Amino acid sequence: MPAFWHWFVAAGTILFVIWCVWLVSWSAKQGPQNVADDDVVGHKWDGDLEEWNNPAPKWWLYLYIITIAWAVAYMIAYPGLGSWDGALGWSQQGQYEAEMQAAASRYEPIYAKFAAMDFEELSQNPDANQLGKSLYASYCTTCHGSDARGAPGFPNLTDDDWLWGNSEEALTTTLKNGRSGVMPVLAPALGGDKGIDNMVSYVQSLSGIAETDADAMSAQPTFLALCSACHNADGTGNPIFGAPNLTDDIWLYGSSDEAIRTTLVQGRNGIMPAHGQLLGDHRTKILAAYVYSLAN
Amino acid sequence: MDTAASYNDKVVRQFSIMVVVWGIVGMLVGVIIAAQLIWPQLNFDLPLLTYGRLRPLHTNAVIFAFGGSALFATAYYVVQRTCHVRLAFGKLAAFTFWGWQLVIVLAAITLPLGITQSKEYAELEWPIDLLITVVWVAYAIVFFGTIAKRRVKHIYVANWFYGAFIITVAVLHIFNNLAVPVSLLKSYSIYTGIVDGMMQWWYGHNAVGFFLTAGFLGMMYYFVPKQAGRPIYSYRLSVVHFWSLIAIYMWAGPHHLHYTSLPDWAQTLGMVFSIVLLAPSWGGMINGIMTLSGAWHKLRSDPILKFMIVALSFYGMSTFEGPMMSIKTVNALSHYTNWTIGHVHSGALGWVAMMTVGSIYSLLPRLYNREAMYSTRLIDVHFWTSTIGVVLYAVSMWIAGITEGLMWRAVNDDGTLTYSFVESLKAVEPYHYMRLLGGLVFFSGMIIMAYNVWKTVSDKKPVPVAVLEPA
Repeated sequence: MPAFWHWFVAAGTILFVIWCVWLVSWSAKQGPQNVADDDVVGHKWDGDLEEWNNPAPKWWLYLYIITIAWAVAYMIAYPGLGSWDGALGWSQQGQYEAEMQAAASRYEPIYAKFAAMDFEELSQNPDANQLGKSLYASYCTTCHGSDARGAPGFPNLTDDDWLWGNSEEALTTTLKNGRSGVMPVLAPALGGDKGIDNMVSYVQSLSGIAETDADAMSAQPTFLALCSACHNADGTGNPIFGAPNLTDDIWLYGSSDEAIRTTLVQGRNGIMPAHGQLLGDHRTKILAAYVYSLAN
Repeated sequence: MDTAASYNDKVVRQFSIMVVVWGIVGMLVGVIIAAQLIWPQLNFDLPLLTYGRLRPLHTNAVIFAFGGSALFATAYYVVQRTCHVRLAFGKLAAFTFWGWQLVIVLAAITLPLGITQSKEYAELEWPIDLLITVVWVAYAIVFFGTIAKRRVKHIYVANWFYGAFIITVAVLHIFNNLAVPVSLLKSYSIYTGIVDGMMQWWYGHNAVGFFLTAGFLGMMYYFVPKQAGRPIYSYRLSVVHFWSLIAIYMWAGPHHLHYTSLPDWAQTLGMVFSIVLLAPSWGGMINGIMTLSGAWHKLRSDPILKFMIVALSFYGMSTFEGPMMSIKTVNALSHYTNWTIGHVHSGALGWVAMMTVGSIYSLLPRLYNREAMYSTRLIDVHFWTSTIGVVLYAVSMWIAGITEGLMWRAVNDDGTLTYSFVESLKAVEPYHYMRLLGGLVFFSGMIIMAYNVWKTVSDKKPVPVAVLEPA
């Protein structure tokens, strides 16, 4: 903090404390006055409004003084007066780091003991799965649901259908670095409303939920030109891009005409946030194994 | 009668009636969003009925429409009576009425449409902010113009509080809303990052401190001694607590930003001055309650006094609760939970609304040339609905808030969270029902009030009241 602002804040604060102290002492110095009914201050408003001048209750003055004294003591002990760091050396950042360190030394060993275990074996280990379940409840339920079956836009983790793969490396990468699944806006290249409708039918026909009629098949060349780069020529998808398999009747954003139309017209932007810094290596591995175990 | 020789009560009557109208509107929206928290489908999939858009409509309607109209009405009434002159600048006063109503209507249109600055209690976009500024400056000119031509030397204590409230709200409103317009309906704050956050909560907490506290203390300092027929308990206590209150409230804002990127020194100052604020706040409560002391027997027959004593009690409770919640250790538990909602409503319903309702019941018969309200019995019924409603509301939110705070911080032996967020939602669901019930009961009292007010004013022709000669 620049010197000017340091003095501005410190002096302003002290001035206001002095102001409070002065008010209290002014009040105390007035001395006791009679509380008899006729001893009003002598002003009169609106016919009958008058004022007595009883002393402020003693307990109230003491309460006021105690809070002021506490405020002064606190501002000596803690940062407050400009750039004064406080006699105790406390800071919010320091408290955070101390608490994180304490938590790490307390909890890290619980997770560290699984560090060397084989991934497949880990996913079968009941103790590790118990930890994984707790981690899942803390970090994953908001999007993937407490039953891990997801929600529109958030993958179901129990169906053994993996957008980005389920190897140890794939799951660990997903957890640590996050993923970004982009479906671009393709409607302008589909040849108007009719073209979009045909594409919707073709995509639905890949998993057999719509008939493979002439309309649907008319979109096949466009599919091969525009969509196959990510979803593959046969529509089975590609985990390198996180491109969904379109043939398995598992739908991230829904399979209705309207849902697929929206996907084509507006595109989709699925985000899995990065958790590497929150979790660290040991927890990431246990959580990845737990997620793996949900479908295996 | 020569107009200069009579009080300007027309504008007071207009604002007083709108207090009841906006009270009903604002609290109805509150009841609707409380119900939406239990049954989200009540937004009928219409964007303009979603919780996020109705919630600012609720807060703006109860604070600025209901509370604001009450402050305009009583400030105009009180300043004339205690200065022994007719209100200054009659046309300007009329402009403040129509201008303020226009602000409210514009808020009621723009907020459901999602037009917002996204600053809590300062959601309205820049053209409306400009209108507010003009109306507010007119309000200040009328109020201080009346003070300037007063025929008594001493300025009555209620006017100190009204005056401080008017000046401070102008400063807060202007500086928090400084923004660069990019179109008629969109602007960007000139502040960035945590500076914007700090400005917002400097404004936000002083909206509580000056709009909802100092202004209503002004109301209290006129209507409590008037209704009790007793002198103010202590002149010197009012001096000390007034000058303390207005000085200290200014510092309290950062307690809304504990454990954020706000620098440590600012968090500390927000917290320690919130604690120092306890005694100055209680000074007003003591002065009010001790003024009523000696008139306790009147509580048996006068439900208006009951409104006032309960309002003062809730004022005392919430100004104790506030400083406690500003302590970092407590705040770490209470922040972001329903406890905050409970705290706000024990202030807003218990203190602000009950003081307003009591004062309006005291005021209306005088404005319409009557001895008393149409039905004292109905005032009593309203008193009980208000009291039961606010207790149900505050208690349910305390329990819900502490439950949430404890569940969110519960940690398993392996360092993971014991509860997921949705489990804490499930745990507080019963209290959402209880809160809705409390809100409904409180709201039903406002309907009773509307009926009583209608019966009081509908067949009465107001007569001009002569300006009283100073004693």
